[in-house]
Amino acid sequence: MSEVLTTARPEAKARPAGKKKKHPSVIPGFGLTMGFTVLYLSLVVLIPLSAIFVKASHLTWPELVNILTDKQVLLAFRLSFLTAAAAALVNGVFGLLVAWVLVRYKFPGRGFLDSMVDLPFALPTAVAGIALCAVYAETGWIGAILEPLGIKVAYTSLGVTLALIFIGLPFVVRTVQPVLEDLDKEVEEAATSLGASRLQIFTKLILPAVAPSLFTGVSLAFARALGEYGSVIFISGNLPMKTEIVPLIIVSKLEQYDYAGATAVACIMLVLSFSLLLGINLLQKWAGGASRAR
Amino acid sequence: MSAPTPTNIPPAPQAPRPSDDPSRPKLRRLDTKQAATSEPRWFQRVLIGVALLYLFLLLFVPLITVFASALEKGVAAYLHSFSDPDTLFSIRLTLLIAAIAVPLNLTFGVAASWAIAKFEFWGKNLLTTLIDLPFAVSPVVSGLIYVLLFGKQGWMGPLLDRHDIKIIFAVPGIVLATIFITFPMVARELIPLMEEQGKEEEEAARTLGASGWQTFWHVTLPNIKWGLLYGVILTNARAMGEFGAVSVVSGHIRGMTTTLPLQVEILYNEYNYVQAFSAASLLCFLALLTLAAKAVVEKRVERSANATVLK
Repeated sequence: MSEVLTTARPEAKARPAGKKKKHPSVIPGFGLTMGFTVLYLSLVVLIPLSAIFVKASHLTWPELVNILTDKQVLLAFRLSFLTAAAAALVNGVFGLLVAWVLVRYKFPGRGFLDSMVDLPFALPTAVAGIALCAVYAETGWIGAILEPLGIKVAYTSLGVTLALIFIGLPFVVRTVQPVLEDLDKEVEEAATSLGASRLQIFTKLILPAVAPSLFTGVSLAFARALGEYGSVIFISGNLPMKTEIVPLIIVSKLEQYDYAGATAVACIMLVLSFSLLLGINLLQKWAGGASRAR
Repeated sequence: MSAPTPTNIPPAPQAPRPSDDPSRPKLRRLDTKQAATSEPRWFQRVLIGVALLYLFLLLFVPLITVFASALEKGVAAYLHSFSDPDTLFSIRLTLLIAAIAVPLNLTFGVAASWAIAKFEFWGKNLLTTLIDLPFAVSPVVSGLIYVLLFGKQGWMGPLLDRHDIKIIFAVPGIVLATIFITFPMVARELIPLMEEQGKEEEEAARTLGASGWQTFWHVTLPNIKWGLLYGVILTNARAMGEFGAVSVVSGHIRGMTTTLPLQVEILYNEYNYVQAFSAASLLCFLALLTLAAKAVVEKRVERSANATVLK
C-alpha cells in the first residue's frame, strides 16, 4: 500500500555513503533482533510463499500448459494486462500533472488536496469498489451523464480501467513529487536567461529529470493494478470471458475446489510480480543514480 | 509548455526608445507578477483546474457517494444499519483481527529495523527486499498461499483435521492473511528513518553506561516515535480494510468469519445498499482519520527535523 509513500521521500537523503567499520558494535541486540526478524519472516512470508511453488511443481508440464492456455484464463490475462497498462499510462500523464500542480502552484486547499491524494492507499478496496460502481453505473451520478453519450463504464473493461486508475493514482504522484521538489530552480533560471522558452525548459530540463521517477511510478501503478482485486470486482461485473481479471480467475477456481488450476495461475502471477519488483528496484537505482549525478 | 502569447505581453510603449534599435536583441518582457521560471497565470489556472477536476471525479465523487448513499433514507436508517447483528459482529471481528495483527507486526517492524539500520551485515539488501515481498503479491495470492498450507487439501490439512483445528474458513486464517498483508508496513516506515538518524546517539548512551533496553527506551524510541506511530496507524488501517486476501481465506460464513469489508460486500451483493454504504462509511472514516494522522505526523517530523537543524 505505502511503498511509495514511505520510501520515495526519505530514500533520497537516507543512506549515508558506506561507513563500514569492521570492529564489533557497542550497540546490543543484533542477535536477538536479527534472529526474530529472520524467524518471523520465514514463518509469515517465506514458507507460505514457497508453498505455492511446491504445489505448482506437482503439476506436469502438459497439465500446466493446459490450464494456462484455457481460453478463459488467456482472456483474463489479456484483460488484466491491457487495463493495467492503460490505467498506468493515464496515471503517468495525470499523476505528473497533479504532482506538478501540487509542487509548483499555490492555491487554496493545496495542503488538503495533497493529503487526499493518498486516499486510494487508505480506503479499503471493497469500499472503493462499491463507491466507483455506484457512481459509474447507469443510474449513478456520472454514469447517468455518460449513458446518453453511449459510454458505458460499469461492467465493461472501461470500468476495470477506471478502478485501476483510482488505485494507481498515488503511486505516480508520490514518486514524482519529491523529485520535482528537489529540482534546482537555478538551472531553470539560467535556461530562461539564455532565452529558452518554458516549453523548451519543460521538455529539455524538467522532463528528463523526472523521467526515471515517472517510469518508476508508472511501473509501480502497473504492478499494483495487475494484482488488484477488491476495487475491480464490483465495477467489472465479472462477466465470463469479458470482464474477468486474473485474480478473479484464481478466486473462482478456488471456489470450484480447483486448487491445481488456482495454483498454476497464481504461480504465473507471482513470477510476473517478482520480475516487476526486480525491474522496479533497478529503475529506482537508476533514478537514484540520475538524481545524484545532477 | 507556455509559449508566450500576445495576450499576456503588455503593449510596447509608442515612444521610440533606445531599445527599439533593431540592431540590439529584443528582450522578452515579463509580467511583473510572474517569476521568470514560471508559467503565465492563465496557464497555471488551467492546469490547476484540470488537476482539481481530475481529483474531484476520481477521489471526491466516490467518497461523497458513500456518505450520500448511506444517508439516502435518512439518519435514522443510517443508524439503524448498525443494529444489524451481523454488521455488529463484523465490526467486533475486525477490531479483534487488528488487535492481534498490529502488535505482532509492530514488534517485528521494530526488531527488523533495529537489525537493519543499526548494524552492517552480509545480505542486508536481500533481507530488505524479502521484507517487501508481501507488497508485490496480489492480495488474492496472499490468501491462496494459506489455503494451500492449511486448507483441507493443504500440507498441514490432515494434521489439523486430526486435531480438529480449523484455520482456513475460520478466524486464525483471517489473522494470518492480515498479518501477511500488513507485514512490511512498520519496518518500511522505520528503516529509512533509523538509517537517517545513524547510531551515534545509541553509541553515546552505551558508552555512558546505559543498558541495551535503556538505550532503546530513552534514546531510540523518542527519536522514532512519530514514524512508529504512523506505521502503526497505517498497519491498522490496512488490517481493518483488507479485502482480497481475507475474502479468500474466510469462506464468508455469516456471523463467524465476516470482517467489516466482507460484510460490505455481502450487503452490497444483496442489494441492501443503505446498509452496505453505512458499513462502508465506517471504513471511510477510518481512511480519513488515517490521512489526517499522516498529515499531523508529517508536520511533527518536519518540526523535529527543523529543531535538530537549529540545535
